[in-house]
Amino acid sequence: MTGDHQTLALLLFSAFVAVTLAITTWVSRGRQGSADEFYAGGRLFSPMENGFAIAGDYMSAASFLGVTGLIALFGYDGLLYSVGFLVAWLVVLFLVAELVRNCGRFTFADVVAARMREKPVRIAAGTSSVTVCVLYLVAQMVGAGSLVALLLGGTNGAARTWTVIGVGALMVVYVSLGGMRATTWIQIVKAVLLLSGAITLTALVLARFHGDIDQLLRTAAERSGHGDAYLAPGLKYGADWTARFDFISLGLALVLGTAGLPHILSRFYTVPTARAARRSAIWSIGLIGSFYLMTIVLGLGAAALVGSDAVRASHASGNTAVPLLALDLGGGAGSTGGTVLFAVVAAVAFATILAVVAGATLASSASVAHDLYASLRRPGARQRSEVAVARVAAVGIGAVAIALSLLASDLNIAFLVGLAFAVAASANLPVLLYSLFWRNFTTRGAVWSVYGGLVPALALVVVSPVVSGSPDSIFPGVDLQYFPLENPGLVSIPLGFLAGWIGTVTSREVPDAARHAETEVRSLTGAGAA
Amino acid sequence: MEKYDGGGGGRVRPDDPWYDALASGWGELDGTTAPAAAVPHARRESAGRTGTAAEIYLEVQRSPAFQEVRSRYRRFVFPGVAVFFSWYLAYVVTATTAPDLMARPVAGAVNIAMLAGLGQFLSTFLLTWAYARHARLRRDRAALELRWNTQEELTRESER
Repeated sequence: MTGDHQTLALLLFSAFVAVTLAITTWVSRGRQGSADEFYAGGRLFSPMENGFAIAGDYMSAASFLGVTGLIALFGYDGLLYSVGFLVAWLVVLFLVAELVRNCGRFTFADVVAARMREKPVRIAAGTSSVTVCVLYLVAQMVGAGSLVALLLGGTNGAARTWTVIGVGALMVVYVSLGGMRATTWIQIVKAVLLLSGAITLTALVLARFHGDIDQLLRTAAERSGHGDAYLAPGLKYGADWTARFDFISLGLALVLGTAGLPHILSRFYTVPTARAARRSAIWSIGLIGSFYLMTIVLGLGAAALVGSDAVRASHASGNTAVPLLALDLGGGAGSTGGTVLFAVVAAVAFATILAVVAGATLASSASVAHDLYASLRRPGARQRSEVAVARVAAVGIGAVAIALSLLASDLNIAFLVGLAFAVAASANLPVLLYSLFWRNFTTRGAVWSVYGGLVPALALVVVSPVVSGSPDSIFPGVDLQYFPLENPGLVSIPLGFLAGWIGTVTSREVPDAARHAETEVRSLTGAGAA
Repeated sequence: MEKYDGGGGGRVRPDDPWYDALASGWGELDGTTAPAAAVPHARRESAGRTGTAAEIYLEVQRSPAFQEVRSRYRRFVFPGVAVFFSWYLAYVVTATTAPDLMARPVAGAVNIAMLAGLGQFLSTFLLTWAYARHARLRRDRAALELRWNTQEELTRESER
């Protein structure tokens, strides 16, 4: 890559950072740091604003870079991610968005804790929220690392490390100074940038093929080196039954995971009513759906125009397919158009990473302060100090995420996100659904359901081929592999539901009818909602 | 059973901006034009009787108005979830177990797999639209009414 790319991309990116820092300062001026303000941005965002912010929170670098990369390399099998990421929103819209808005205040643990003995439930739900957020953060920061490696040419270890650290430091600044209000505006700006970038590239790809989708598909299949197999399922996940089950496991995790992602759930608290929460979910489904349709075109375009081999040569798991595509669409390496487009795309991807990372950091610091700290420390702590804890927690989580990202820097980021989704679907979704819909659910059921999903999900990853026992593992030299699937969802999601059920039916605790009534009435009508 | 607005004292007027997008006609199971009006009133006639917050919630939960809202919500949502979840699972399982079937060409380079994938996008958009419409026409008005009534009772209780 030439110096022009770098300079221009760095300039654009610095502009984004400057704008977002200005937003952070602007929105946080003169606000006293109340909990409502810090965690929920005052709850007065409009559905459209929140819809864009949710889309900005959700359309991560993993989708923009990772999914397009998978489509470029494996064709149809990459498309599963796009479909799963979108269909998952129906679970959010139908079962979760409005009810969670009505029942909770800041975190999803609020919903569960309202019916149960507060302390054990909060500790369990807080722990799993933080775990999911950290996994998600790692995926995004690995994305930032590979983007920089591409930008600076080759695998420049030091640059990669410093980028990851820089991204981590920036997100801590946004979150701890600006809270939810700043995070929301950053996500809105980013969603607009990302969608404009995707629309531009999609239009250019389609223009290149004169709008002939059939031609695009044929060329992509041809240049992928796989022929017609590229357009059918099975290239990545069809080799044997292990791979097939991995595919099903991933599909399950994607569709059920979104509704358990803490940073998505906490976004619904930023609007005033359940109806506004529903309308923001609808906005985001529209935006996210269009975006994932475009990722398909971009992935196919990268295969057709850049070629799967060139994509693979740049990054083994395809994370750099879109920037390469942009370079080609602009006129190729060395041309002005190519330089500009490449720089724009790189800057947009950076912006994406920063915004998503800020959202996940905010959600996890909220869990630490509101759920874990508030349960573990003296009960009389003032709200003011809870926000202070959240600001400090953001720094700690940033540090952990940076360290883990440096370890995992060679994994495909869409795959890493798949892991975060699997953990969210196993640990968070069962307890949330049981609390909202099951009259006899008890405290023990809630606690078992969280740990019964969280522990197997993490344990299965540790003994999976991701960590050890295969050439692509994090520790290729060690062999701890006992579980064949890369994604634990197929086993751990049913376990989470099962554990919650067993915990409930075996406990002698009598379910509190009045608090169930309160949850039910509040969730469906909004009476007494914050 | 009371008529809608009967005991509400006109707090919730049909021209309330809350109802900005109220439409009527399509998708009405019972064919009424103002569907939410069919929901009975939640509040007891006797204003003198109140309880603690827990009792108020229990009472509202038992009220026919709330039961109606809840069953309308569940009657739409549970079958809806069953439909899209099994359609999605069928799609994923077919893609893995019967790739040959999915690879069958339909028109040009477009095969069954591509159509099924786009079908998932389409069904998601359609269900989103149907849910929004159902909630707006069949639930929102009654839920809001319940909310005000319940909160009024709660406020009265806390002032006591």
